[in-house]
Amino acid sequence: MSTQQEQPPETDDTSTETVESSTDAGPAPQDRRMEEKADRRARRERTADEIDAGTETVHLKVFRYDPEVAEKQEPRFDDFHVPFEKGMTVLDALIYARDEFDPSLTFRHSCRQAVCGSDAFFVNGRQRLGCQTQISDLDGPVRVEPLPHQDVVKDLVVDMGHFYEQMHAVEPYFQEEEDLPDGDLEEQFQTRENREKVKMSTRCIWCGACMSSCNIAAGDNEYLGPAAINKAYRFAMDDREGEELKEHRLRILEQEHGVWRCQTQFSCTEVCPKDIPLTEHIQELKREAVKKNLKFW
Amino acid sequence: MSDSYNRGLIEDFGRWREFAPGMWAWILHKFTGWILIGYLFTHIAVLSTALGAAGNTAAIEAGDDVYTTTLQGLEGLFLVRILEVGLLAVAVFHILNGVRLLMIDLGIGLESQDKSFYVSLVVTAAITVASVPTFMTGVGV
Ligand code: SF4
Ligand code: FES
Repeated sequence: MSTQQEQPPETDDTSTETVESSTDAGPAPQDRRMEEKADRRARRERTADEIDAGTETVHLKVFRYDPEVAEKQEPRFDDFHVPFEKGMTVLDALIYARDEFDPSLTFRHSCRQAVCGSDAFFVNGRQRLGCQTQISDLDGPVRVEPLPHQDVVKDLVVDMGHFYEQMHAVEPYFQEEEDLPDGDLEEQFQTRENREKVKMSTRCIWCGACMSSCNIAAGDNEYLGPAAINKAYRFAMDDREGEELKEHRLRILEQEHGVWRCQTQFSCTEVCPKDIPLTEHIQELKREAVKKNLKFW
Repeated sequence: MSDSYNRGLIEDFGRWREFAPGMWAWILHKFTGWILIGYLFTHIAVLSTALGAAGNTAAIEAGDDVYTTTLQGLEGLFLVRILEVGLLAVAVFHILNGVRLLMIDLGIGLESQDKSFYVSLVVTAAITVASVPTFMTGVGV
């Protein structure tokens, strides 16, 4: 915990040293940390020298906030100057800043290749995956903030709980039990056309960028949100599930806070890192819902 | 709207700065919609108060009934002429974007939704500019 109380690189370190010594019992670990800290300061200075020497650096402005530490409760931005490398992504730069400058900088990441969906940030005013965004595509300084419209746990980490709840609310799993194939080794086929139809919708990585970009979802917490509706689309449009199940799914979707909340702002479609045509899918489900309910008698 | 997020201290961070076309279209559509509703009620109010002339054939023929005088009075105001041009712009945009939204609802051309928004803007501007001579004739400035 104590290392996390380090101040941003710009400020003097002396104030936090006292905090550290009060929380640590033995002098040995403290000495070690002091050494590490001096080391980091030296490295920081070296990087600062490099900037002077004309090495290309990236100027990161990173949102910092930690509700658990009194001095950090006030949200602020920290500046980091990270040496630029060809092919560097926002995530790479953040990792460098964390490893070299400030170990208390907190953010989620895992796969580094746009697969796990854990590093969606608000970069230069837009929801993007850190690992998928090239620094060279951005105008500096690169401003990194946590996803809007979600509770911030610390620094760039947001609470995804609500997003996951909405995802689960549409029952995102295959439920057909009626006409399963008999033999053990028999497959349950899907036609190629049908596979093409749901293909894009299966690509969702649960990053939450779309939900965060949606201003309807921001105003109405109960709105299922683009990702969940897209998940439902994936199953509702799958031919292997029967008519009854499809109706069941449409019943979930056409509730008050379902598809009809979408006002086709296309924000979700713009930000989705997997290029899923979310608005298109939502619109298609709206039409399905209308078809189901329209009766000419 | 029911309980929305409250991020407390952090609420002002990560706010919208760059709107995408679809978002602008949405905002403008709402905005123009409200203006049209406002206009509708003003329109009803003006007409219903000016209806005193109904049946009074002599006054109507003489052209000094309440209706004629009210409307002529309004048309004589420079401000009203400006507002009329504005109203036309608002109505044209609302109609064009309405068609665009209809297309989106039908699932037609969703990939070019941004282009169709720009087209509605340009066409609105063109029609508005073209209407200025008509609206501004004989205005007593
Ligand atoms: S639909 Fe796209 S933006 Fe939304 S959670 Fe899935 S991958 Fe992320
Ligand atoms: S780190 Fe896995 S999606 Fe970016």
